[in-house]
Amino acid sequence: MIAILDYGSGNLRSAQRACEETGQQVIVTSDYEIALRADGLVVPGVGAFGACMAGLREVKGDALIHQRIKEKKKVLGICVGMQILFQSSAEAFSGNEPLGIGVFPGRVTKLSAPITPQIGWNTVSAPADSTLFKGIDKERFYFVHSYAATEKVPNALNAEAEYGSRFLAAVESETVTAVQFHPEKSGRAGLQLIRNWSEAL
Amino acid sequence: MTLATRIIPCLDVANGRVVKGINFLNLVDAGDPVEMATIYSAEGADEITFLDITASSEGRGTTLDVVRKTADSVFIPLTVGGGISSISDVNQLLRAGADKVSVNTAAIKNPILINEISERFGSQVLVISIDARRGRTASGFEVTTHGGRTSTGIDALTWIEECVSRGVGEILLNSMDMDGTRAGYDLELIRKVRQVSPIPIIASGGAGDIDDFGRAIESGADALLAASVFHFGIYRINQIKSDLHRKGFTVRAVESMSEN
Repeated sequence: MIAILDYGSGNLRSAQRACEETGQQVIVTSDYEIALRADGLVVPGVGAFGACMAGLREVKGDALIHQRIKEKKKVLGICVGMQILFQSSAEAFSGNEPLGIGVFPGRVTKLSAPITPQIGWNTVSAPADSTLFKGIDKERFYFVHSYAATEKVPNALNAEAEYGSRFLAAVESETVTAVQFHPEKSGRAGLQLIRNWSEAL
Repeated sequence: MTLATRIIPCLDVANGRVVKGINFLNLVDAGDPVEMATIYSAEGADEITFLDITASSEGRGTTLDVVRKTADSVFIPLTVGGGISSISDVNQLLRAGADKVSVNTAAIKNPILINEISERFGSQVLVISIDARRGRTASGFEVTTHGGRTSTGIDALTWIEECVSRGVGEILLNSMDMDGTRAGYDLELIRKVRQVSPIPIIASGGAGDIDDFGRAIESGADALLAASVFHFGIYRINQIKSDLHRKGFTVRAVESMSEN
């Protein structure tokens, strides 16, 4: 069973439907226990980093993610759901630099490109031994964001993309996987990526 | 730049049905927006836009249903515009499965709505739709409402700068001079907006010839929206993309077309 963590507003329906395409049972929930027990947890995220962190803390999502990592249960962060896994973000919130969960080291920074947000389909250079990108070659994924992590995460497979400069498009570690793009909005390639993640659950 | 220029078909929807002319041979139900969106997605659309032109509130409920059904089967971004005037409208649409909303008249009447939406849901969900027409304001382009019939006296570039500072994520730039003419996108308008806009521009209005698309990209458009050329089957989306690719523009590949 895949749980999609509901911790605020935004389009969760598409993530739910895309996960259902894998044949798994999918539930959208903000319940700690249900989300902890699920085989896979999807952490979506739209909007400002600080607002997402506030929403996440309200449903104890930060503790939930740490507990799942302890129990070696898989987590997939999408978009801002990826960013909050890092230590902090340069996206000021109420005048401060908001802290993330700190599962990954490093800071999320503003994309250095003349036009932001990056909105659209971009290519991703994935490592050859990636499970996440298995069978996906030369495909584009849909990105919508102004901020991203740029320092590679140690002991993990890092996939990069380029918009103005290079940034992290995806990170795969033993339990935590994160993508800056929206696989649930990336057509067939995105569905394949979600299938690859869910097959390892 | 490795980001692909997006091709976006726009469907006018009223009471849950597509209302502009549709000319496809193999449609089961030519007025079904879900079926149309599915076909466009399969043809390589990078995004789908629904413009809700329903007048009644009953009809608006139907639109939510259309959004829900589309998001359930089409896995590409979905933007919905038309009549959105409150945070609650936005929330309902996002919850139904829309990824972005486009706001037009309501933002002109109440600019603070832009701040409210972007603070609550993030800039990335908010597209400002601007109906620009040649006029006597400073830049030579003014903002209109009611499909270009009503002048606001607001300069288009001034309005864009204000929208950007209030937190808009993207501009849907409709040329009221070119709309419906099929004589090409308004390149002068696109160039002028590009000079002041640090956010993506979706060019709209006037697409008629296959060469129009590349010209709009060269003028500074990040995405190209069209309605009638697709609905009437004058061009298919994959045909536009293949042509752009051949001319050296970056587009997302569709079946049988290699990017490299």
